[in-house]
Amino acid sequence: MRNLGLIIQREYFARVRNKTFIIMTFLSPLILVGMFILIGYLSMLNSSEQHIIGFYDETGMFTEDFEDEEQIQYLDFSTFSLEEARDKVREQEYYGLIYIPEKASGEAGQIQFFGDESPGLGTVKAIEKTIAERLTRQRLMANGVNVDELENARAKVEIQIQNFSGQRNSKMATYIKMIFGGVAGYLLMMFIIIYGNMVMRSVIEEKTNRIIEIIVSSVKPLQLMMGKVLGTSLAGLTQFTIWVVLGLVLVSIASFSLGIDMFSVQRGQMENIQQFAQPDVTQLLLDVYNLPLLSLLLFFFLYFLGGYFLYSSIYAAIGAAVDSETDTQQFMFPVILPLMLGIYVGFFSVIENPHGTVSTIFSMIPLTSPIVMLMRIPFGVAWYELLLSLLLLLITNFGVVWLAAKIYRVGILMYGKKASYKELFKWLKY
Amino acid sequence: MDNLLVAENIYKRFGSFTALNNVSVQIPRGSVFGLLGPNGAGKTTFLRIINQITMPDEGKIYLDNKPLHPNDIQHIGYLPEERGLYKSMKVGEQALYLARLKGLSKNDAKERLQYWFEKLEITDWWDKKIQELSKGMAQKVQFVITVLHQPKLLIFDEPFSGFDPVNAGIIKREILQLKEEGATILFSTHRMESVEELCDYMALIHKSNKLLDGKVSEIKREYKSNTYEVGLEAENEATLLAELQEKFVLGKASFRSIHNDLKLSIKLNEKESANQLLEFLISRARVNYFVEVIPSVNDIFIKTVTQHA
Repeated sequence: MRNLGLIIQREYFARVRNKTFIIMTFLSPLILVGMFILIGYLSMLNSSEQHIIGFYDETGMFTEDFEDEEQIQYLDFSTFSLEEARDKVREQEYYGLIYIPEKASGEAGQIQFFGDESPGLGTVKAIEKTIAERLTRQRLMANGVNVDELENARAKVEIQIQNFSGQRNSKMATYIKMIFGGVAGYLLMMFIIIYGNMVMRSVIEEKTNRIIEIIVSSVKPLQLMMGKVLGTSLAGLTQFTIWVVLGLVLVSIASFSLGIDMFSVQRGQMENIQQFAQPDVTQLLLDVYNLPLLSLLLFFFLYFLGGYFLYSSIYAAIGAAVDSETDTQQFMFPVILPLMLGIYVGFFSVIENPHGTVSTIFSMIPLTSPIVMLMRIPFGVAWYELLLSLLLLLITNFGVVWLAAKIYRVGILMYGKKASYKELFKWLKY
Repeated sequence: MDNLLVAENIYKRFGSFTALNNVSVQIPRGSVFGLLGPNGAGKTTFLRIINQITMPDEGKIYLDNKPLHPNDIQHIGYLPEERGLYKSMKVGEQALYLARLKGLSKNDAKERLQYWFEKLEITDWWDKKIQELSKGMAQKVQFVITVLHQPKLLIFDEPFSGFDPVNAGIIKREILQLKEEGATILFSTHRMESVEELCDYMALIHKSNKLLDGKVSEIKREYKSNTYEVGLEAENEATLLAELQEKFVLGKASFRSIHNDLKLSIKLNEKESANQLLEFLISRARVNYFVEVIPSVNDIFIKTVTQHA
């Protein structure tokens, strides 16, 4: 135990004192915040751009309906002939020309849009909506309906989503859950890959330095492997903690000093995904607070440990099996594959149906469960599912660590032997 | 005899390959024991088993008359053939780390490191990184780390490879001094001269089998062929030669001499003694040179290995 402590200590400081580690720890949040600011700035830039669209209305009905909007300015070209109107729009390099023929009734193909580039989806939707509304009114009036009364009678319904324990939810909350789950799952994958690689490189380093045999004459190989995995995980947690603190500080500094409201940026992107009623910022904050943040953090921690141990012991075994980092290629694919699978299942299946069969199964399989389950947790997962998934992960961990240690034990003392899968299998029996 | 380490009937197989086949060795306390064998004979595997890095498939090992226990690593110092240090760690720091892994307290380790660093005149390396040192310098550091915890049993696997003659001399001196202080030393090598110089006992391993072991002097006595090299001055060399040829088996010899000698190697049969030969020679010629041919470890090695080939 004393030796394990010494090894953990050495491994931890070897990682933390590394220049790349220090640089990445302090630079990454800066880069991330910088990216947010850039995205925020660009989307503001984008939305401040104004398009000028001409319209040629043969019916004369819509002239008043085309009101200038924030991003679109309408110009009436109805007084010219259609040919002239088109030429003028092209000459002036306007965004495009809407042509509404005499007997337009809204059916497809009758109303046309001329332009050099195809217009943005939002722009087309806005124009279609304007014309459709006008036509609907027209038809209702033609059928003798009093449109104003109809307008007044229109009921506004917003369903309050609520679970059985009485917790309120809004539609927005679903997106927030998706984001939190997605970020947690993705972060976990990144951590596993980055820190698993660190473990692997450290094993290879000891092998190529030829210090390994000196060390294993003092400690058991399993002790060394576990010390390495644990010490590196502590370095990972250190980095994560620094990022959280640094990120919070930087985000608040950035949003105050640059005057960019991070929430409005996020909301703006949401609207692009799907149009729905604008919730106010307080509701959004409420939704975030309503998330099981504490349990999300707790399970992030548990699954991080479980997943990280599983993968980094595999990484350690790979490191022991090879002589240099270039030889690791053939073993990397089977390691990355389940991680990628977890991410894809998470992003496609969990978001679609968090409690569906596919999501449930993949949140049980130990190689993918850390990622998939983390994405499911914000949507609420039954305790027995969590327990089962964690139990499976734990059991698998024991098995994998045991196997990895066997390969590791043999591999660290093998020099110049090109390891194949067949060779590794043989080592298990030594 | 008081043995520090006894290995009994050790077997080790790697898949279908047998690395050690029923190897038994006794290492007397306070001796320098040479483990000889060509590359790939199984020496390193044997040393790794003593260090509990690999476990034997069969057989038992006793240290101090007790079965080898995991904690015994504290009593063993091992300098492997494949040796190195962390490149980016400072010399002092990693020496401390490795010493503490052997069970020394931080203060003890520091004190003893200072002693050894001063002794080998490497004090100013403490804050250097290994990558700034030459290979020979790094090996000095490794040597210090091996002996630092004052183990009863010191194991050196090819200790002199990579050392320049000056440093090899220093290490040789230190090894002998450690022996004086009571340590038992086991070292493996395929360089026979170093065995000749240092070892009291030896064992020869070839193709996973132990072919030979025992006290070096006894083995040599066993392998000597009753042959003497002589340098003679006689007035009539031709008649002397004819006379000798009649009585003994002669061969040519080459040794350095300041005289214009007739150089011969003379093999005696079992009945004849060296004295008889000498008497005979003195009566016929002036004897400038008379030496018994003692087989070198190298000769024994080659002879044994070819016998078993």
